[in-house]
Order: sequence, then C-alpha cells, then structure tokens
Amino acid sequence: MSETLAHEDESSAESERTGEGVEAVLRVEDLHKNFGGITAVDGATFGVERGSMTGLIGPNGAGKSTVFNLVTGIEDPDAGTVRFQGEDITGLRPYQVANRGLVRTFQIVRELPNLTVFENLMLPAKAQGGEALWRSVLPGFRRRVVDEERALRDRVWEVLEFFEIAHLAEEKASNLSGGQRKLLELSRALMLDPTMLMLDEPFAGVNPTLQKKLLERVEELNDEGRTFLVVEHDMDLIMNHCEHIIVMYQGRVLTEGTPADIKADEEVIEAYLGSEI
Amino acid sequence: MTERPDLRTLASDLLAADAAKIAGLMLAIYVTYILVGVILGYSPGGMVNTLRRLTFLVAIYSMVALALNLHWGYTGLFNIGVAGFMAVGLYTMAMLAKPAVPTGGAQYAGLGLPIPIAILGGVVAAALAGFVVALPALRLRADYFAIVTIAFAEIVRLLYTAAPFQEFTIFGYTTGTGGGRGLLFNFRDPMVGLYELPIFEGATAFVNRFIEFSPSQAQAVLYTAVLVVVLAAYYLLLKRTGESPFGRVLKAIREDEEATNALGKNTSAFKIKSFMLGCALMGLAGILWQFRRAGITPSAFRPHVTFYIWIALIIGGAGSNTGSILGAGIFTAGLFEGPQYLRRVIGSQISVGQPPGTFADAVGPMFALNFQPIVAYLFNNMLTLQFVFMGVVLVWLMQNRPEGLLGHRTETAAAVPLRRRSDETAEALAREETEEASDR
Repeated sequence: MSETLAHEDESSAESERTGEGVEAVLRVEDLHKNFGGITAVDGATFGVERGSMTGLIGPNGAGKSTVFNLVTGIEDPDAGTVRFQGEDITGLRPYQVANRGLVRTFQIVRELPNLTVFENLMLPAKAQGGEALWRSVLPGFRRRVVDEERALRDRVWEVLEFFEIAHLAEEKASNLSGGQRKLLELSRALMLDPTMLMLDEPFAGVNPTLQKKLLERVEELNDEGRTFLVVEHDMDLIMNHCEHIIVMYQGRVLTEGTPADIKADEEVIEAYLGSEI
Repeated sequence: MTERPDLRTLASDLLAADAAKIAGLMLAIYVTYILVGVILGYSPGGMVNTLRRLTFLVAIYSMVALALNLHWGYTGLFNIGVAGFMAVGLYTMAMLAKPAVPTGGAQYAGLGLPIPIAILGGVVAAALAGFVVALPALRLRADYFAIVTIAFAEIVRLLYTAAPFQEFTIFGYTTGTGGGRGLLFNFRDPMVGLYELPIFEGATAFVNRFIEFSPSQAQAVLYTAVLVVVLAAYYLLLKRTGESPFGRVLKAIREDEEATNALGKNTSAFKIKSFMLGCALMGLAGILWQFRRAGITPSAFRPHVTFYIWIALIIGGAGSNTGSILGAGIFTAGLFEGPQYLRRVIGSQISVGQPPGTFADAVGPMFALNFQPIVAYLFNNMLTLQFVFMGVVLVWLMQNRPEGLLGHRTETAAAVPLRRRSDETAEALAREETEEASDR
C-alpha cells in the first residue's frame, strides 16, 4: 500500500488504559438500549485494544448489531458512554463518528446501487473542497475541484487494485455479486482512512475463495496498525484470526478473552447451545 | 497535464450528443408545428408567434423540470409543492418592484426597487421558503415530506389570495399581494429597453423586410431568446452540480441516506442545500414565466402546475438533465399545446357535425351503432380531454418505462471522467515496475 492509505500519526491521540495496561482505542461503558419493552443491550461494557483484531460473538439477538448501531451513532443509547481514542463520542451523529476515524460496514451490504463501483469509492473521501456547492460550480474554483478529483481518482484506483476489484470499476454497484459487494463495502470504508473498522458479518454468504481474499486484505490492514472489531458467526474464522474475543449474551458481555479461553469456557458453550428451553 | 485535451474532447463529445438530442427534438417540434401552421393557413407572423409561444413554454417548463430533477432525480426529495415556490418568487419580485406610489389603475404599492434587485429578492425569498420547509420536514420520511411540500404550496397560494394581505403596512412600507384580484405589473418592462438598444435597430429593420413585426412582437421574441439563454445557464449550473463531489453526495443520499451518513457525510446539510438551490431556481422560473404578463393571476399557481412539471420530468426521465429538457419539450408540444392544435387541424379538414348537448346524448346513440355523436362530443371537448391524455400517458409510462426517456441514473457523479487513470499514475506505475525489476 502506498502512503496515501498509511496510517495517521497516532502519537497525539489521547490514550486510555484498560485494566491490564493495554491501550483501548474503543471503550464502551455500561451501554443500555431498549426498544419498546425489549431490552436489546443491557449494560454492555468492553474495550477494544488498539491495533487488535477483536471478535464479537454471541447467539442471535445477543445485541451485537445494536451495539454496533449505538457505537456508530445510528441509534442513541438510553444510558452509558462510548469513548473513541479518549474522546466521548456518545450520541454523535454517524457522520461525525465516521469522520473521527471509526467506520463501520453493515450486515446487509449497503452499496449505492445506481452509482458505479468507482463512484461508490469516491464518495467517502474526506476534505473534498468540491463538496461545497459554490466551489463546484463557480468558474475558477471548479478547476481546483477537478484537480482534487484527479488526485482522488488515483487513490481510488489504488484501493480498487488492493482489493483486486479494479476490473469492476465501471460496473454499477447493483450488478455486483454478493461477495463482490462485501469487498466493495470494505474498500469504501477504507477510503475514510479509518483508525478502526467495525465489520458486521463481513464473511457471511461469501464463497471460500473470495473469503480468503477478503481475510488476507483484512489481515494486511490490521498489520498496518488498523484496529478491527468483527462480528461473525463462523467460529473457525473467529478462533483462527482474532487475538481477543468478546462474547455477548442477552445484551451483556458474558465473557472475554483469548480464543483458547473462550473455547474452554462452559458458559459460552451454554449460551450458544442453550442452557434451558 | 497531457490529459487536458483528452478531457476536453470527451466533454465536448458528450455535450454534442446531449445538445444534438435537444436540437433534434426541437427541430422535430418546429417542423410539425410549421406543417400545422401551413394546414391552418397561418401568416408568417402568426407562424412565428406560434413557434415563439412554444419555445417560451418549453424553456419555462424545462427550467422548472431541471430544478425538480435536482430535488427528485439527484437528491431523492419528493417535492410536490413546486407551484408554491414559483409563486413565492414571483410575488416577492412583484412586491419589491412595484412603484412605491401607486399610479392610475395600478392598485397596490410596492417598494419601487430596480427590477434586477427585485428578481434577486424573489429568488432569495424562494430559497428561504425552501429552507423553512426543509428544516423541520427533512427529518420525515419521503412520503411525509411530500405531504409537507404540497401543504406548503397550498398555504402559500391561500395566503397570497387572502383578504388580510391584500394590502398591509410593514415597517412603515405599504404593500400588498392584491388578494384574489392579483397584482398589476406597472413597472417598466426591461425588454422595451433592451429592444431600443441600437444593435437591435438594424436587426429589426432587416426582419421587417420579410415579416411584418410589431415592436411588441419583436420584444416577445427577444424575451424568448433571453429565456433560452437563461435555460442554458440552468443546464450548465445543474450539469456542474451533478458532476461534482457535491452532486456525488446528493446522488448517494438518493441511493441510501443512512449509508451515506455512516460514510462521513452530513446528509441533512446536503439535503437542505440541494432543496434551497432547487427552490431558488423554481422561484426564478416562476418570475420569468409571468414576467411579461399584465400582472399576476393568483389562480396560475394551483397544484396542476406542479403536476405538469412532474409529467415532464417523468417523460424525460428523473436523474437526467438532458432528459428534463426533452421531457419538457415533449410535454409542451405534445400534451399541453398539442390537443388544441390537433382539434383545429381536424376541424379545418373535416366536419364532425354538431356535438350533442350532454354526455348522455353522446353515449346513447352508440348502442344503435351511431358513433357520430360521441366523436363530435369528444372532439368538442378536446381541451378537457387533455387531462385524460396526460393521465393515460402517465399510467402507460409508469407501467412500461418508469425510467422515462433518459433516466437511467448513470450520469457521472464526479468532476473528471472515471474511465481511465491520469497519465501521471500510469507513468509512476511503469516506473515502479521497472525499478522493481532492476532490484531483482
């Protein structure tokens, strides 16, 4: 990867320490969310270590997706705080969270169907002067916007090539296969140059070949120093690729630890298999 | 910048293709109407008048359709209050421009501002009206937003016709909307000034050798020409808006607002800006539409205007600027002006006989296989049937071609062509590759 995608200098970011003395880039504290009478998240507390690949698992309805929505501002929590790089981001709008370097993908891919793959990737780029209407239409200023767009175009090509979907650049996003859309969504998120990526079931419904490709890319980005929080139901994937796993059950964090810890934990097995009917 | 000429040819190719489509359609319309004029035995002056009126209407409908395309085609904002924003533009302009001291039969006073400032004021007022509607309403889902816009348009129309606002005093200035009586335009027509410019003297003399033209006719033609220029400016502005990072965000909002927000874009701010720009353009179109009439007729801003624009946009295809103009052309020439000319042409060629007095009298003889009364009845009511035609066309389009003529929604959402990378990158890549090779 070229330096355009390389990581920002993080030394300036205020750091927080978890109990064990490791730096948590994301810190979720006692998060609560009710939908009508249903408690979706009931006091979830966890931290995600900087630069880690952390897995978030749990049975259906455990509150994983709701936690994602609460952290990224899609929904506002009823109580609790979310801190990202030391800053309280509770209740910020999704675009504010994304611009701070915390970017998510969706469980059901949200590609922009009538835009091309290329346009999909151009969209999230930050600090585009041409997003101010007057700069885009007034003669004189327009030229600078065109120059900016040209630079952006080159960056998009790099990302497309990194994910090996450059041949799809001119294709409408709606014409892509399910797996290709997952690649598109991840590459689009990367255009924001995020510090941390939250992936909601990124490998679901992806064929094994594409899955391998996607996984390689994720690991490569992780090696660059980007933090990942991944929701996934495929236990083999989680156990083999995550260094830390958080298990949620009934809106709460049941336990967390290394894959070996989790495998040995009877509570987790119970949560997945069901202790009682 | 080896790319520049390349870019320019690409742009001009595209422009040529779009311009050719518009020019082709207008040519077809003109030829058809000239034929109609020949059949009806119009004088050259009458012919010019017919074509001028047609061009005028196409230009106005195109402007509003383009503005609506920004709302619906680009941003996905379902605005069915178009007439309201046009009314705000026109009324504000009139109230600003009318002389402060009413003269003669011109009932109500205005602020007596120069016309260009009054027009600007009308445009700004329409944009502000857009802001007022957008601010609370953009939190609503698309269908509820639509209800708010049409409610706004009706509120505006009823306020302008309401008796309390017929004449009122604000900050020591007396002005008024004229209520149900409307407003007279008793300010100097800038077209007269333009027409009196020396450069037009020669031209007028030249044209008058062939066609007998009164000064008022010449001014009307001149005004239509001005409108065509304004339309070109609308087109250019909206093309640029679409092909820019700003337009890209609008299109992304149309596709999936939540995802766009999650990708770091303040979607509400973009929606408000897009809505205000469209409303401003609608306001200006409203001003230009009635500017050369004797005054404002309040009934001109009933909701049907909004639906005319929607029909034009749907025919042309939402999401395409060129389509908006084509749609306006087809709507005006075919559905709006077409029926009455068709009626005249048929009437001049054949006699359909005396129409029956009531619908029952027309339908009854059909059972005796006598179709003359129903034909005569329909023929006599062609102008009313116009609305039925419009409905039929709309239903047919919705079922068979909902994307309209050009609305594939694939207009580029970037300020540069996306087909190929810029040459610098290609060179850089080539350099890297050779370096890598030499490293090995």
